[in-house]
Amino acid sequence: MANLTVDFLGIKLNNPLVLASGVLGTSPAVMERCAREGVGAVTSKSAGTEARDGHANPVALAWQGGVINAIGLTNPGCHAELPILIETKKRLKPLGVPLFASIFAPRLEDFGEVARVIAEAEPDLIEVNISCPNVASDFGTPFSATAKSAAEVTREVRRAVKIPISVKLAPNVYNLGEIARAVVAEGADAITAINTVPGMLIDAYAARPVLKNTTGGLSGPTIKPVALRAVWEISQVVDVPIIGTGGISSGIDAAEMIMAGAALVGVGSALVNGGPAVFGKINTELQEFMRSQGYQDLESMRGLVHRRANDTV
Amino acid sequence: MTQCNHGLMQAFKLVKKVQENEKTTTMWLDGNLENATPGQYVMAWLPDVGEKPFSLHSATPLALTICAVGPVSRAITALNSGDTLWIRGPLGKGFSLTGKKHLLVGGGYGAAPLSYLADEALKRGDQVVTCLGAASAKDLMLIDELTRLGATVHVTTDDGSFGTQGLVTAVVLEQIETDKPDCLYACGPTGMLMALWDICQAHKIPVQLSFEALTRCGLGLCGACELDETLCARLGLPSGWLVCHDGPVARLNLQN
Ligand SMILES: Cc1cc2nc3c(=O)[nH]c(=O)nc-3n(C[C@H](O)[C@H](O)[C@H](O)COP(=O)(O)OP(=O)(O)OC[C@H]3O[C@@H](n4cnc5c(N)ncnc54)[C@H](O)[C@@H]3O)c2cc1C
Ligand SMILES: Cc1cc2nc3c(=O)[nH]c(=O)nc-3n(C[C@H](O)[C@H](O)[C@H](O)COP(=O)(O)O)c2cc1C
Ligand code: FES
Repeated sequence: MANLTVDFLGIKLNNPLVLASGVLGTSPAVMERCAREGVGAVTSKSAGTEARDGHANPVALAWQGGVINAIGLTNPGCHAELPILIETKKRLKPLGVPLFASIFAPRLEDFGEVARVIAEAEPDLIEVNISCPNVASDFGTPFSATAKSAAEVTREVRRAVKIPISVKLAPNVYNLGEIARAVVAEGADAITAINTVPGMLIDAYAARPVLKNTTGGLSGPTIKPVALRAVWEISQVVDVPIIGTGGISSGIDAAEMIMAGAALVGVGSALVNGGPAVFGKINTELQEFMRSQGYQDLESMRGLVHRRANDTV
Repeated sequence: MTQCNHGLMQAFKLVKKVQENEKTTTMWLDGNLENATPGQYVMAWLPDVGEKPFSLHSATPLALTICAVGPVSRAITALNSGDTLWIRGPLGKGFSLTGKKHLLVGGGYGAAPLSYLADEALKRGDQVVTCLGAASAKDLMLIDELTRLGATVHVTTDDGSFGTQGLVTAVVLEQIETDKPDCLYACGPTGMLMALWDICQAHKIPVQLSFEALTRCGLGLCGACELDETLCARLGLPSGWLVCHDGPVARLNLQN
């Protein structure tokens, strides 16, 4: 059997699959459920300075290309999130599943404080979400938009906590490599890419946008090529591990993401079909693919497209 | 009925409204909802107003029984014939008929999905007994429709203004003692569902309970609809059970 275990920043994972932030990361019960279904690590829903209800319905739809959502960062605020994370960590530990805690903040100067509060739960990693496309109406341009603002947030969080941090980037920029370099220079231990891709659906019969928030973030199969390119680009310019996320719903998708250079593979929208049981399915398919292709472990697949590209030069 | 270009939304036209009681209206729409089962739900959307979940009163043609309690339900029940209502679904997991003798229990507007279920059972030639409970006579609904379909209907009201005075669970117990059903199916307030759970445990009757929860994505992604963990533990459901995706119906019929 192919070996799916990963050593990620010294953290041991049973397999490379990570529950993506915002998908079932709301309570100890749902995160434990994902862990029992075989996910390698769990990311909690992004928590900010204070409680947010999020946007009104419709907030999410499954369409033929995947999912579009504008949940709007619904969360209880970092202080109320803390006991949720503590309890989750307690439940995940015996299962050998690390907890990644996602944070966001409305203003640059709030990031350090949110990170400090969340760090009390001792998550294995803090993921810094600077790339949600659905809260621009409340918070303005996402920090992921420029290398300067992305770096500033990273610096704030780096100063505040010792726990490893991963900065979550957006795909809709033309200088992704430069942004990745900037956050790593400020001390990011890892990079998560990508967040959802801004988009909208219009109902022609209603002559209206379908989402109450008008625009939302695309995820699922439709964005896989966007995510693969992003991870491929980032992995060429920085040495930190990447949590490659976007459109992964099968074992072969996961293999592609690892070949693009990802250390871990985020999975979110794939839960639309079949719920958390999808993790077991993807792992089985990945094993089967590796067995059939003669890959012993994930390291032998990682970044393979780069190596192949270099061979031909 | 028009299939909109993005997967799950279909634009239906309202054909007919039937007033079920003071606050509740059945909205008959102009097309069928394919691949649906009783107990499943749809998300109904009115542009500029909002989107909320409703059980299927019927799938062929599609009909929803809606109690006007807030902005979305009021706006939908105020529509007129020819107006459009957008639907995504069917969503979630519904009831699954088990055995030949079915006991259906509805609390308040929880009666909404029961005529569809009764109709399916009666079409198979099965026996259907229905117990409906409500606060008062003005909150009852679907008694005539269920009777017309061929179900036996028992009614209770808290204030005694119609049928037997008291809680629906008392009539359910009586029914179980006189003629034990193969399976009990219920929809209504959580307190009623949990009381029925205890009764069915005591009498060793398979049971299917339809729960309600704040529904946002309806896709099993956002976590808004998680059923309380203590309830999950009592029912033997895995914790983190999602009403929108794993339910709304919890099929507890396979328990010992
Ligand atoms: C799976 C599922 C199936 C459902 N099926 C049906 C159905 O078939 N028919 C139906 O009418 N509703 C059904 N509901 C409830 C319905 O989706 C909404 O709760 C209701 O329409 C409220 O939406 P609103 O925007 O009008 O009011 P909101 O502003 O959301 O609610 C107004 C207030 O009324 C309360 N409330 C909500 N529903 C009721 C009620 N029925 N009686 C008294 N108070 C209430 C709310 O808690 C709130 O305080 C179902 C819910 C779920 C989760
Ligand atoms: C319903 C939903 C909610 C999300 N919420 C968050 C969030 O709170 N924080 C975050 O960093 N990403 C959030 N995301 C983005 C995902 O974590 C992920 O980056 C994206 O969906 C792409 O992966 P996928 O195609 O596997 O879904 C959300 C995605 C969805 C579908
Ligand atoms: S409403 Fe989003 S998971 Fe159920």
